[in-house]
Formats: sequence, structure tokens, C-alpha cells
Amino acid sequence: MNEEQKLNQFQARIDADEKIEPRDWMPDGYRKTLIRQMSQHAHSEVIGMQPEGNWVLRAPSLRAKKILLAKIQDEGGHGLYLYSATETLGIDRTEMIEQLQQGNAKYSSVFNYPTLNWADIGAIGWLVDGAAIVNQTMLAKCSYGPYSRAMLRICKEEGFHQRQGYEIMGKMMTGTQAQREMAQDAMNRWWWPALMMFGPHDSESAHSQESMKWKIKVESNDKLRQRFVNRTVEQAHHIGLTVPDPLLSYNKETLNWSFGPINWDEFWSIVKGNGPCNEQRMSHHIKYHNEGAWVREAALAFEENLTKKQTVSI
Amino acid sequence: MNTKDALIKYCTRLADNNLILGQRLAEWCSRGPILEEDLAMTNISLDLFGEAESIYEYISTLTDNHLSADDIAFLRSEREYSNTLLVELPNGDFAYTMAKQFLYASFAKLLYTSLLNSNDETLKGLSEKALKEVKYHIRHSSEWLIRFGNGTSESKTRVQNALNDIWKYTDDMFEMDEVDNELISTGIAFDLKDIYTQWNFSVSEILKEAKLTKPSNGLSIKGGYKGIHTEHLGHILTEMQYLQRAHPGAKW
Repeated sequence: MNEEQKLNQFQARIDADEKIEPRDWMPDGYRKTLIRQMSQHAHSEVIGMQPEGNWVLRAPSLRAKKILLAKIQDEGGHGLYLYSATETLGIDRTEMIEQLQQGNAKYSSVFNYPTLNWADIGAIGWLVDGAAIVNQTMLAKCSYGPYSRAMLRICKEEGFHQRQGYEIMGKMMTGTQAQREMAQDAMNRWWWPALMMFGPHDSESAHSQESMKWKIKVESNDKLRQRFVNRTVEQAHHIGLTVPDPLLSYNKETLNWSFGPINWDEFWSIVKGNGPCNEQRMSHHIKYHNEGAWVREAALAFEENLTKKQTVSI
Repeated sequence: MNTKDALIKYCTRLADNNLILGQRLAEWCSRGPILEEDLAMTNISLDLFGEAESIYEYISTLTDNHLSADDIAFLRSEREYSNTLLVELPNGDFAYTMAKQFLYASFAKLLYTSLLNSNDETLKGLSEKALKEVKYHIRHSSEWLIRFGNGTSESKTRVQNALNDIWKYTDDMFEMDEVDNELISTGIAFDLKDIYTQWNFSVSEILKEAKLTKPSNGLSIKGGYKGIHTEHLGHILTEMQYLQRAHPGAKW
């Protein structure tokens, strides 16, 4: 079979909604796109541990501490799970981490904003994980089997994350004046970054068309963003939070909440590395990765010594 | 000292050990040498917070002052915390943290095991639950000690230095006073001298397997159970209590 026939057959399988599995033939572009997207997803889970970890030691109750620790552990676990799923495409975790640290692989830009008060932990759970769920529910239908299955599993836990985030916001909104102000402040700072998480408008999105053809994406950025907005605006109003968008209005014909323009200059500036925490996130990751080098070396040496001993005793 | 007061003090020591060690371990969040270990340490931290919470809840039923578990955990001053000194020591490098973990978990396991025979049903139940977790904590830390001792010369040096440094704080875990005497006489708690003998034995076994030298008993720093701490505790509390102190009475 020549390359073109293979490609046609591959596309036919995609069109028939078959899942592509690791050993199946796939075009290089499909593999590359998946590696880029899945490793970026894994890195996002891992880097996301930093802004949330920033409040672990200051969580205001034992219950809050336990929930936040459990949540961060989930995120790290998702990272592991996604690294493994990406490894099925023929790249290993060490290489993915190198790409991240050298700036050749990205992570979600939303984690380049700082967490400045306890309500930010609520806002991340509710808005950031909320946006992630909308995206991941779509990805659970994607054509690559291991990614789709990873998403199914991850979505279940993200649902819990979103509820705990909303609970934090809700509690603070029924609390003291200072707590309500913190909650609104977090809402003001996280609302737009959450909307940006869906990526550029469909007309501007570099990878969208091909990804749609291959069913790596099955819905467009704008459609997903609208779904998130519709869902979240009602939740905000329910607990008395104001959405920081003067142009927000309900459109009775389309049954959508229409919203004001997104600041794409800010988005692209952060993607290019100029956000408030880009440098901090990456230097933190590199610092602790390097500080742990001797631990990884020791573990390897121990395994090698063990193997040697076993060989000798045979 | 009456039995109830002694029980409250005893439980506070136990709960504070869990709380402060949990807080220390949580410092590792996003800083582990490898993602798996990041998760292992925060997982153990979560276990410890859970244990602390259950014990504070029990304490709150024993006192008449209507303090919640959170009030007890977050609103005391330095001198009112009665954890053993070892758990408040800074994390140091990964070898230092694992050495601390191992020495404390080995103690905790024996302590909880003894409490399975306690006359106090709640304490017995709490110990049963904690024991399941602490067995994993020992396995996790002792495996690392063995890896380090049999790994590279760097890892061996690091872990040996850590042990040498931490050792002077280990006697503090086994300190006894009128609290213990009262609870021993009523069959609620047990003699820590017996636990020390067993601890010494089980720690020596692992150190042998790790080809590490057990530090000699020289300098010994004590006082945790009496609320005489290292300078580190105040900083842990400053961070941990920040929101509770800044917003008195707020619910979270």
C-alpha cells in the first residue's frame, strides 16, 4: 500500500468514528499534533500544581487543607497518566520534560497568573477546572484511543475539583465583607484568563482545521467557550458574584450569554512568555528538577547494584 | 493530674505531631525530585492531616470550652503546641526528609500498635486507622533509606549526614511525664521506654540493611511535649495560621 492509500484508509477509519490505537498506522502529522497537544496537557497538569501549591500551607481549615492537597495530587496523577498516554506515541517522559524546560513545549497559559488570595483557589477550581472540563469532555470523544480514555477518567475527577472550587467561592460570598471582596477580586482576575483557555477564535486558530479533520478536536474553540460562559454566568449570579464584563448580556434568540471582546494581545503576550509568572513557573520547575537529580541517580544506581548482585549470585 | 486532663494533653501531643509533620511534608508540593515522589509526599501529608483532624475532633469532645478541631489546630500560640521536636525540623534535602519520616514513622507505628490495647475506645479506634497508613509511611521512607545507603556515594553521604544531624532530636519522642504516668496507671497509654527498646531495634535493622551507621547517643535536645520548641515552629505557625488570624471568626 502506498502512502496515499494508507492516508485514505486512515481518514476512512476516522470518518467512521473508529479509535486509532498506538500500533496502528498514522500520518506523521497526526502523531506530531497529538504529541504536542498531549504533552502540553500533561505539562499543564504539572505546572498547575505550583499556583495551587502556593496556598497549601495557608489553607484556612483542616478540611480545606485536605481537599486542596487531594486536588493537587489528582492533578499530578493526571500529569503522570497523560505522560504515559503520550509515551504510546513513541516519546518518553524525560524527553517531554526536556522540551518543556527548553521552551519547546508549552503548558496552559492560565497558570502564568499568580494566586493572590485564598479565593483564587476557589476561582481556579471553579473557573479554570470548569473550562478544562468543557474542553476535556470534548476530548474524550477524540479519535486517539489512549487520549480519549485518559480524558474519560480525568473528567470524573475534574468534576469534583470544580465543585470544591465553587464551594469555596460560595462560602466566601456568604462570609465577611473582606471574604466577599476577596471572592470578587479573584473572579475579576480569573474570568478572562479562563475564557482564553479555549484558545483563539476559530478564524485565528492555527491548528484547528487539521485537528478537526482528524477528530483530535471535535468541536470548535468558540463553541466550547460559549458553552462554558452559558454554564458559568448563571453559577456566578447564583452566589452573588459579578462577571467582570460590562457587555455581558443574555440573547433571548440564541439562548446564549454574549460577552465582550477578549484581550488577545494579553493572551499572545503570555503565550510568548511575557506573563506575570512565566519565568517563575519555569525556573521553579527547573530548580527542583535539578535539585532532585541526585535522587534519581541514586535510585538508578541502586537498581543497577541490585541487578549486578543478582547476576553474581546466579 | 486527673485522667481527663492527662488524656487531653496526650491527644494534643499526638495530633500536633501529625499536624506539624503534615504541614512540613506539604512544603514539598511541586518540589519533589520526581513527580511520583511529589505525589507520595503530599499523599502522606494528607494522611497526617486526616489523623490530626480526627484526634482534634476527639479532643474537642473532651473539653468544655466549645472549641472546634480547627480552633484547636489553628488558634494556639507556640508554647501551646506539644508536638515532638523532630517533626518541626526543616525539610532539608530529600534524604533529610526521608530520614525524619523514617525515624518518626517507626515511632508512630509502635505507639499506635501499643494503643490498640488502650482502655480508651476512641483512642484505640483512631490508632487502628492510623496504623494502616503509618505502615505505608515506614515502607516508603525505609525503602528510600536503603536505596540511598546502597545507591551512590553522594546519596549515602547525604542520608548519613541527615541521620547524624537529626539524631539528637529523637530522644524527645520518648520523653515521659505526669501525663504518661496517669494514663499508664489507668491503662489508657503505655510506657514509652518499652517503645524505645522496640524502636531502637527496628531502626537498627533498617540502618543495617541500608549500610548506614547508627549515630551515637550524644547531645540530646528535648522539650516538645512541654511546649519548648525549636525556633522553627513559630514560622510554621505564622504561615499556617495566617488566614485564621487575619480574619477572626470567618468561616471558610
